[in-house]
Amino acid sequence: MTLQNSSEEFFTEFSKNSAPRPLLRVTNIEKRYGQRIGCSSVNFDLYPGEVMGIVGESGSGKSTLLNCLAGHLAPDQGEVLFDTRGAGLVDTMTMAEPERRMLSRTDWAFVHQHARDGLRMSVSAGGNVGERLMAVGARHYGQIRDEAIDWLGRVEINETRIDDRPSAFSGGMQQRLQIARNLVTGPRLVFMDEPTGGLDVSVQARLLDLLRGLVRQMGLSAIIVTHDLAVVRLLADRLMVMKDGHVVETGLTDQVLDDPQHAYTQLLVSSVLQV
Amino acid sequence: MYVAVKGGERAIDNAHAWLGEERRGDQDVSELSVAQIREQLSLAVNRVMAEGSLYDPDLAALAIKQARGDMIEAIFLIRAYRTTLPRFAGSEPIATEKMACDRRISATFKDVPGGQILGPTFDYTHRLLDFKLAAEGGLADAPEGDAQQGDVPHVLSFLDGEGLIQQEKQGAGTPPDLTREPMELPADRPLRLQSLARGDEGFLLSLAYSTQRGYARNHAFVGELRIGDIPVEVDIPELGFAIEIGDITVTECETVNQFTGSKTEPAQFTRGYGLVFGMSERKSISMALVDRALRWEELGEDNLGAAAQDEEFVLSHCDNIQATGFLEHIKLPHYVDFQSELELVRKLRRDTMAGADCTHTQEAAE
Amino acid sequence: MTDYNFAYLDEQTKRMIRRAILKGLAIPGYQVPFASREMPMPYGWGTGGVQVSAATLTPEDVFKVIDQGADDTTNAVSIRKFFQATAGVDTTEETEEATVIQTRHRIPEAPLNEDQILVYQVPIPEPLRFLEPRETETRKMHSLEEYGLMHVKLYEDIARHGAIATAYAYPVKVEGRYVMDPSPIPKFDNPKMTMPAIQLFGAGREQRIYALPPYTKVVSLDFEDYPFEASKADHSCELCGADDSYLDEVIVDDQGGRIFVCSDTAYCAARQAAQSDAAAAQYEEISA
Repeated sequence: MTLQNSSEEFFTEFSKNSAPRPLLRVTNIEKRYGQRIGCSSVNFDLYPGEVMGIVGESGSGKSTLLNCLAGHLAPDQGEVLFDTRGAGLVDTMTMAEPERRMLSRTDWAFVHQHARDGLRMSVSAGGNVGERLMAVGARHYGQIRDEAIDWLGRVEINETRIDDRPSAFSGGMQQRLQIARNLVTGPRLVFMDEPTGGLDVSVQARLLDLLRGLVRQMGLSAIIVTHDLAVVRLLADRLMVMKDGHVVETGLTDQVLDDPQHAYTQLLVSSVLQV
Repeated sequence: MYVAVKGGERAIDNAHAWLGEERRGDQDVSELSVAQIREQLSLAVNRVMAEGSLYDPDLAALAIKQARGDMIEAIFLIRAYRTTLPRFAGSEPIATEKMACDRRISATFKDVPGGQILGPTFDYTHRLLDFKLAAEGGLADAPEGDAQQGDVPHVLSFLDGEGLIQQEKQGAGTPPDLTREPMELPADRPLRLQSLARGDEGFLLSLAYSTQRGYARNHAFVGELRIGDIPVEVDIPELGFAIEIGDITVTECETVNQFTGSKTEPAQFTRGYGLVFGMSERKSISMALVDRALRWEELGEDNLGAAAQDEEFVLSHCDNIQATGFLEHIKLPHYVDFQSELELVRKLRRDTMAGADCTHTQEAAE
Repeated sequence: MTDYNFAYLDEQTKRMIRRAILKGLAIPGYQVPFASREMPMPYGWGTGGVQVSAATLTPEDVFKVIDQGADDTTNAVSIRKFFQATAGVDTTEETEEATVIQTRHRIPEAPLNEDQILVYQVPIPEPLRFLEPRETETRKMHSLEEYGLMHVKLYEDIARHGAIATAYAYPVKVEGRYVMDPSPIPKFDNPKMTMPAIQLFGAGREQRIYALPPYTKVVSLDFEDYPFEASKADHSCELCGADDSYLDEVIVDDQGGRIFVCSDTAYCAARQAAQSDAAAAQYEEISA
């Protein structure tokens, strides 16, 4: 029982006209854990430059969905088509493993909720940022280092910290480092799992501000999973609300948040402070 | 004038001669016979057979004598000999319910068909040094009873009758021979058990103990522990049937472990399995616990990151001949690698010092 | 030792090892799993090299064994004796005379030719092992050519020390495909690996064989701005005066006195012999 905002159709129509091919096409994804539904009947298109937010409380299936989309989990049915550079839309589920791993270190990026899951804790900040560059063939130490310094600057980490290990960083810095490490190869699609989760409120605000800047500057396409409506309000163009493994409402972010149609969305919106 | 060190060859010959003397010890003390070792140090012989993967008490006793009682060295001698032996045939699987049990206990049932047999165990001896042995005191006769009649069913088969214990999958054909084919990971259970059966007793003991202390805890009951003799049969193609080629002594342990079941499967017990040559209780129980811990994935349990759950870790490190060889190889000369490190450290220090000097002069100039 | 087959191993086992060697030669740098046998010498002491030598030797071969470059280090002596006893092959200390050379930690100084086979003893064949301990994962990394992590290690070295801090077992890339551990030879020897002789690598405990056919392109990993450097002690040999050979440092007193001598004893001895011949000839000339 998906409630479509009328503007949603307009938006989709609009996007189709300006960019004929979606970057990501998700059709009928379902993942079950035994009898329990992880997520079911999920369909959407993501167009280049678009940021999609997926919101819902914990257990709503949003993280399961994200992991299915990013290839970390195999869905029981459905397709995840990605617009590859070489061959256009390709199902990433049936893709050969070398191709999928190549995607995940070049065109895709994944920002984990816990920075330590996405960083090499025993490798310096510079090495962390440089890894993806080296993985795709960068072999000039000076250039790798310059790039790392540039990216540390963009995520507001002082260049003097370049040789320090992330274990010496605060939680907020670790998260910013993880973002730099992911964005350094200019990925075409970024998956983010609760990127501000587990951070202090003041730290969250700074990170959000930074992310918004990066999204705008780089024209990033992203899928952000969060339970924090402030995050999607700031970052997402479109929103998908999930409950019990199902999508209950989709639409433009402002519309969904300002004029929620589904009872669950209304509850979700009313239970948080307005941003 | 410096002359390069020579004489490795003579040093080796002399070392071997000295080793021979040390092995013999004081010649006023009479020499041990292989038969004495085989009969009176039988648990040592059993361990050498088990971890050497060769059932031959005389050779194992000889190896212990030659190794001066160093068990791992003795196991090594047996392994090196075993590898040269031709394979005539593979035996039929042994049927342990046909075992003539010297010992058979269950911790899960007070009494079981076939009865509990305490057998020759240290369990209830008080660990008091027996000085009569030092005086070579005589042996009191042990009372004798009637021999067991017929087969002794497995205790866990009673649980099986009620569907209370998980059915084990039937293996597909003959499992690969660890000593003839390279180990491929992930390994299936037959290969795992094969590796554990020849694994180091101390290593498996510690791993098993770690599971009891909470590192991937899965509380185990000894469902059954049995020790005894069992015939080995070999199928002779020319005859068209299998014939007995002899008896071996083995220790078998089956543990019963908790299992909560899932939504689709009703609660059941699960099993850990250990089978070892000779009388080797500690090893077989350890093996069963480690086997059970390694089955977490198959049984849908969580990976708790415990060492005993990590197949690659356990199988890559349980072989004491591999371990001791690699450990001890660091005694070999490493002049060349060390020299290259030495040069590098000197260079890095020079560079750092030069940098520091530079800064220093600069500061002084300013 | 007549109870044993030629070169100790039975023919079946040798065939199995030869198949692994051929596969290794067909895919240079790829680690071929093989069913390593338990040898009558400890794992870690050259069981891989010994098995490869055993499968390679023919009765006509002339065999040389070096450890740390020297023919008379104890383990080299021990392995040479093993093959003298089990294969009865001729042995030599002269690099040029040998047809099969088993080595631990060095490549001989004298250039090898197309009629020679160099057999390396390898302790840990996996160049990625200390970055990723799991065999299941490293095999995947090789098959997908995911070698970024290798360069992260080199990057970290430079960031910390200002130079790549790997002095031996310096990783190489083979024909632009597989990253390979050259065994713990000093990096001084790395450039010699593109050579006319066949190079075979045996790791007994780890059950792997790999190989380099003649003239295979072997490149030491580096950065464009921090190129690989084959370094050695900045001295010349005290005994033969060579300044192009890898040197051992020998402590000669407790006052910090030290000298440097060739690690390749055969190379050093040959040079010394040539010098004394020349000196003798000169002396004769003068006396005449």
